[in-house]
Amino acid sequence: MIALLLIALLILGAASAAILSRNLIHSALLLVGAWAGIAAFYLWAGAEFVAFAQALVYVGAVSMVVLFAVLLTRQGATRAPVEYDSVKRAVFAFIVAGGVAGVLVGAIMGSPLQGHIASPTPAVSVKQLGLLLMGSYAPALLIVGVLLTVALLGAIVIAAEEKG
Amino acid sequence: MISPLQLFLIVSSLLFCVGLIGALARSNTILVLLGIELMLNAANLNFIAFWRYGPHPAAATGMMFVLFSIAVAAAEAAVGLALIIAVHRHRRSVRLQEANSLKG
Amino acid sequence: MNLETLPLQLRNAIVDLFPPALQWFVHHLLTITVILTVFGLFFAFTTIAERKLLARLQNRLGPNRAGLPWFPKLKLWGITQPFADAIKAITKEDIVPAAADKVLHFLAPVLIVAFSLLGFAVLPFGRNLIPVELDAALLYFFAAGAATELAIFMAGWGSRNKYSLLAAMRALAQLISYELPLILSVVPVVMVCGTLSTKAIAAAQGGWTFGLLPHWHVFTPWGFAAFIIFLIATLAESNRSPFDLPEAESELIAGHLTEYSGFKYALFFMAEYFGLTALSGLGVTLFLGGWQAPCEFLQFIPSYLWFMIKLVGMIVFFIWVRGTLLRLRIDQLTRLSWKFLVPLALLNLGNGAFWALTPDWTGPLVLARWAISAAIVVVPFVLLGRRLTAGQAPRSYRYA
Repeated sequence: MIALLLIALLILGAASAAILSRNLIHSALLLVGAWAGIAAFYLWAGAEFVAFAQALVYVGAVSMVVLFAVLLTRQGATRAPVEYDSVKRAVFAFIVAGGVAGVLVGAIMGSPLQGHIASPTPAVSVKQLGLLLMGSYAPALLIVGVLLTVALLGAIVIAAEEKG
Repeated sequence: MISPLQLFLIVSSLLFCVGLIGALARSNTILVLLGIELMLNAANLNFIAFWRYGPHPAAATGMMFVLFSIAVAAAEAAVGLALIIAVHRHRRSVRLQEANSLKG
Repeated sequence: MNLETLPLQLRNAIVDLFPPALQWFVHHLLTITVILTVFGLFFAFTTIAERKLLARLQNRLGPNRAGLPWFPKLKLWGITQPFADAIKAITKEDIVPAAADKVLHFLAPVLIVAFSLLGFAVLPFGRNLIPVELDAALLYFFAAGAATELAIFMAGWGSRNKYSLLAAMRALAQLISYELPLILSVVPVVMVCGTLSTKAIAAAQGGWTFGLLPHWHVFTPWGFAAFIIFLIATLAESNRSPFDLPEAESELIAGHLTEYSGFKYALFFMAEYFGLTALSGLGVTLFLGGWQAPCEFLQFIPSYLWFMIKLVGMIVFFIWVRGTLLRLRIDQLTRLSWKFLVPLALLNLGNGAFWALTPDWTGPLVLARWAISAAIVVVPFVLLGRRLTAGQAPRSYRYA
């Protein structure tokens, strides 16, 4: 439980620092920390496979795409500073987010959730997951495969330099 | 004392709000996209929380949902960042407010 | 005294010395210490072996002067060279560029060593020797390996030097290009074994035909093709010659490591060798039977020794390749990956599926199984190779 609290603080700290940072590269790297923390959360909950998938996809792949995008859209300055758009917008965003946070936390604390605890960590082996993916979730898996292929081709077509 | 489930949910809702601030307050398109990614991750945390403490953990529905959600998020990041690079090439800017030529 | 279970008995004896509450902690601490010691020494002797072997391949002697500090008469063929190098690296001045991003510049070498060590946690070093038994071990291995890319980026960006940054981008392009064939070459093994656990994969390659021919995956058509792709991708993933262009000593100023000196540079060097050793260990586990003995009558040699022998064999092979092949250009490198290795690895995926579907073909059908499986690999290899090298071979080098 203490470990869980520590990871939670780490995730939230890294994510807030990332969103508030003026250095885009630092933002991206801090977000990678937050994503790794989320993977640790999954690991704690017993979702081993999902945790490693999260680490592989976010820490390994998405972070690289983000960093490459930051470098490719940099304008001269090495520090890549980014201004806040306007004070009005920032204040408005904080008010909205604070309101949402208040409502959500209030709802969570007010709900009778204690009843569901107990049950030991459910052991779902990789084999079971694989059978599920190839069984009842096979259509979804196919669609995700098509989606990823289309996204890959689309990303290349959009980002590629036009010739002539 | 709060239960682990409540801790999970609170972390996920706070993470969602951090992402929301990123998406609303920042003007850099990349940061807005990252804020949206964070919100997606917060939703994934909820799926895992309810899978773990829900009535049917053996069915692994929550895990399945998160796996598919990660795949979709990866596709979203790839296409989104490709769009940002394309916009940057045309307008020399990554400010979200400046990509408004289709605005009525 | 049984040699096979000796490490386990030793560990249990040490763990039993501690109170029960601490035993869990001591158990893992001991495992970590042993891995760090064994592979730290392995790294040290790999460097000296590499220098000696390369020297022999180039018709020179290599380092042979380093002896022991208090016995100047004793030369020991220079095998204490790595320790002398370590002392040199530690006592050198650590230079940090004035404009550098200090935090990232410091974090990069630390993180890259940490990440490259993570992979060792799931390698089965012996019949009963595996640090952590994970159900999704292979996924863990690649997730840990993918994190090293971040450290390379940090090194390039943190140095605040345009050559470092450009070189880091090139290194990342190479790593990403070869991540694909590396993972794709592993998938057939997963399909045939039906598991992601390295322990189960090593165990699945047990047994011998006539007591002499081991049932390792490399001795099947799909396994052989996957192993070759794995080897090439491993070379590229660990920045080894002929794919060492990110830091190409002879033409670049060490690429993304330009602004590093002293111990930090040594840490990068170390991480590279740890990465190579971990990937070689994975190759041994997946294709060369892991800790299994090659013949039935050789089983008296403990399993962990077999693992180390195979690992050393892989490393020597990589040194041999470094001494033999020429460095590629960046366009040749990416073309090799995307146009040749990835399609072949994808076809090999189908080959693995075919093998997994036909385990019950017996009698003359066994021959048909082997012939079809070999054809699936060889025919596209020849066709693709011919098409890609059309109009290029044979080459004549004017200044060579």
